[in-house]
Amino acid sequence: MSQIGSFALLLALALSAYSFLAGLLALARPGPASERLGETARRAGIATFAVVSLAALVLVIAAFQDDFSIAYIFHHSNRDLPAPYKFAVLWSGQEGSLLFWSLLLATYGLVLRLRHKTDGRLFAHASVIIAAVQVFFLLLLNFAAHPFAIMQGALPEDGNGLNPLLQYPEMVIHPPMLYLGYVGFTVPFAFALGALVMRYPGEKWIHITRRWTMVTWGFLTCGVFLGAHWAYSVLGWGGYWGWDPVENASLMPWLTGTAFLHSVMMQEKRGMLKVWNMWLIFATFLLSIFGTFLTRSGVVSSVHAFAQSSIGDWFVAFLALTFAVCLFFYVKNRSHLRSEHKLESLVSRESSFLFNNLLLLVACFTVLWGTLFPVLSEWVQGTKVTVGPHFFNRVNVPVALLLLLLTAVGPLLAWRKTSVESLKRNFMWPALGALATGAVLIALGIRPWKDMSYLYALMTIMLSVLVGLTVISEFIRGGRVIKGHTGQSLFSSMLQLAHRNTRRYGGYIVHFGVIVIMIGFAGAAFNRDKEQEMGYGDKMSIGAYTLVCRSYTQEDKPNYSSEWAIVDVFKGGKQIETLYPERRFYKASRQMATMVANRSTLKEDLYLVYEGLNQDTGRPILKVHLNPLVMWIWVGVWIMIAGTVVALIPNAVPVHVTAPARVQATPVGAGD
Amino acid sequence: MLSLVNPTLKRALQLGLLLLAIFAFLGAGDDAARFNDLGHRLMCVCGCNQILLECNHIGCQYSDRMRDELTAAVQRGDSNDLTLQAFVQKYGTTVMAAPTTTGFNRVAWVMPYLALVLGLTTVSLIVRAWKLRPLVVPAGAVAPVTGAELEHFREQARKDTEE
Repeated sequence: MSQIGSFALLLALALSAYSFLAGLLALARPGPASERLGETARRAGIATFAVVSLAALVLVIAAFQDDFSIAYIFHHSNRDLPAPYKFAVLWSGQEGSLLFWSLLLATYGLVLRLRHKTDGRLFAHASVIIAAVQVFFLLLLNFAAHPFAIMQGALPEDGNGLNPLLQYPEMVIHPPMLYLGYVGFTVPFAFALGALVMRYPGEKWIHITRRWTMVTWGFLTCGVFLGAHWAYSVLGWGGYWGWDPVENASLMPWLTGTAFLHSVMMQEKRGMLKVWNMWLIFATFLLSIFGTFLTRSGVVSSVHAFAQSSIGDWFVAFLALTFAVCLFFYVKNRSHLRSEHKLESLVSRESSFLFNNLLLLVACFTVLWGTLFPVLSEWVQGTKVTVGPHFFNRVNVPVALLLLLLTAVGPLLAWRKTSVESLKRNFMWPALGALATGAVLIALGIRPWKDMSYLYALMTIMLSVLVGLTVISEFIRGGRVIKGHTGQSLFSSMLQLAHRNTRRYGGYIVHFGVIVIMIGFAGAAFNRDKEQEMGYGDKMSIGAYTLVCRSYTQEDKPNYSSEWAIVDVFKGGKQIETLYPERRFYKASRQMATMVANRSTLKEDLYLVYEGLNQDTGRPILKVHLNPLVMWIWVGVWIMIAGTVVALIPNAVPVHVTAPARVQATPVGAGD
Repeated sequence: MLSLVNPTLKRALQLGLLLLAIFAFLGAGDDAARFNDLGHRLMCVCGCNQILLECNHIGCQYSDRMRDELTAAVQRGDSNDLTLQAFVQKYGTTVMAAPTTTGFNRVAWVMPYLALVLGLTTVSLIVRAWKLRPLVVPAGAVAPVTGAELEHFREQARKDTEE
């Protein structure tokens, strides 16, 4: 079995190397012979997908067959591991996840190569770049992190088992989503670099990659928030985001990708920000690779780093090489990236995009800086420091608030120039609504002057209301125009409005999702928790809830043994639910894990953790968290996904984006 | 006896007692608040990478002991600086959840704000440069509409689309 896998990996390397070199040669010397050579390169790229798929399939089969002669299977699986987790073994360790990365890249490459007729030459350039990235990962798999390495010595009876923290349903879908996001950014990167290399005229490459970018961004969004939900459900500390280096690694490309999704509109509509967009997509790709480097290299310590080894050097070399290639072609062809229009007013959609990009990039820089500062500190002053949530929250929350403000104002601004009267007219009611919300919240008991976190929470909710009202008013305003012309109901008119320009109104729905998430984040300012020993019949009160411990019980399963508490939850003297917080002992890995019991409502989460027995008294300890508004985060994510899907639907009535007028600018050296 | 005391002095005494009571009650709540504040500025050192008060690491050898030490320091009335310093001396600099604001660590705090200020300055300069950039209309092209004429067209477009 391992020999088939090893051979498949070697063959995949040979095919992708051929795809890269032959493709490169074909592009370097155009002609009929080169076209045939280019076609063989394309087919080799397609064949790479088949062979990498075979390697991945072999690894999954080995997991299901408990083939512990393969070291990777021995380290990450065991006989009693449930079937879905045996499938998840593919991405649960270093070598497997690199193979999974390679498989996803090959899949994206397959789709791209099958659609090559859209624009043969541009697609050929993108195909060569994707092949180059594929060669890197296959080199790693063949020579540094081989997933089919054989166990030395006597064959073990059973494996070490999967890390208990990974034995949770979401772990079957969280990594694939995240990887689809990380890997997916290779495609817009390949098109951008290809367009720069060949001095591709116009913005067509952006039109071609628009859907790729949105889909990729959607996957990354899902991946990031699935990770947050997993942390919330499994780690049992009552939070969903701890600013851990691995979490940060997923956030950074998301931030630059979000900036790209916004600023790319300026290039499409106004022919501006060409240099900026090019570097944003380069940065997004480099940050995706950098995230993988952080996770794998052990440079920074992380609770999520499940796979660490010495392959960091490979990533550093690849990052440096990629950056050098990007820089070389930028310097060589930068004259191709001149702006075609000038900015007419500070109060315009263009400038709002500029400031939006600035804030997203400052947030990204802060995350990068905070993540790497411990390494820098050790290098400069010889002592390592910790950069935890206190730092990130203090620096990033004000930036996030400014971003929220821009999210409210931006859509109200017109391209080129907005009159102050128009801004006032569109902004007055949402602003009054936000102020009224603030007043109501203060009346309800939020005291922003008592604690900075209360102030931030209040501002977040007020700004979220502001954004929400501007989004709603945009829908109503547009719906009314259609209603006036067609006589339909306002709701049907708004649906038609969204269908006419799915990208714009899908974007608004995404914004709406963002504010719902932000309100969920604001709830964290009011978190409470309590810890108590709970014998039979003991009571504990928190907020409006009273918890009564009914019993404790144990269970032995093939993969783990567990003990859990049975806790009745009362509210207003009435029993409303029974919760079962659990603690498991995984036999193969001999590790403990918690399974949180959570009663989640829109108002608050009652989050119960069974912490184990008190060593001195022998009595069980329960910790309960009362976390307001957490469900809003998960609801917001669904809204964001829905918005992304809407934005991907083709317009009912094609919107003709006016191509940037070919006005010849004076040869000022300014780029974007 | 009280009737003999000057009314102003009496009012001052009452105010003093009231303030004393307020401070006494504030003090009662302070210990818990300080424990919560300091506990969120420290890390558990067991390797779980969690904030001290959030560490739920099963079988953790450190967090309970560290919490006890923190409780004792707060009850003794040690100042925040003294308490944190004692933890740093015992567990090393990584026990602090965020860089301090002294020495090289200050750079950690300054850089993000510096990036924001530099970014704002750069964007402002770019906006200014773009606004001043002249456009040349090639022969045969339609000259761009400006000024009052442009405002007229915009107003017309607004009426057509919004009303």
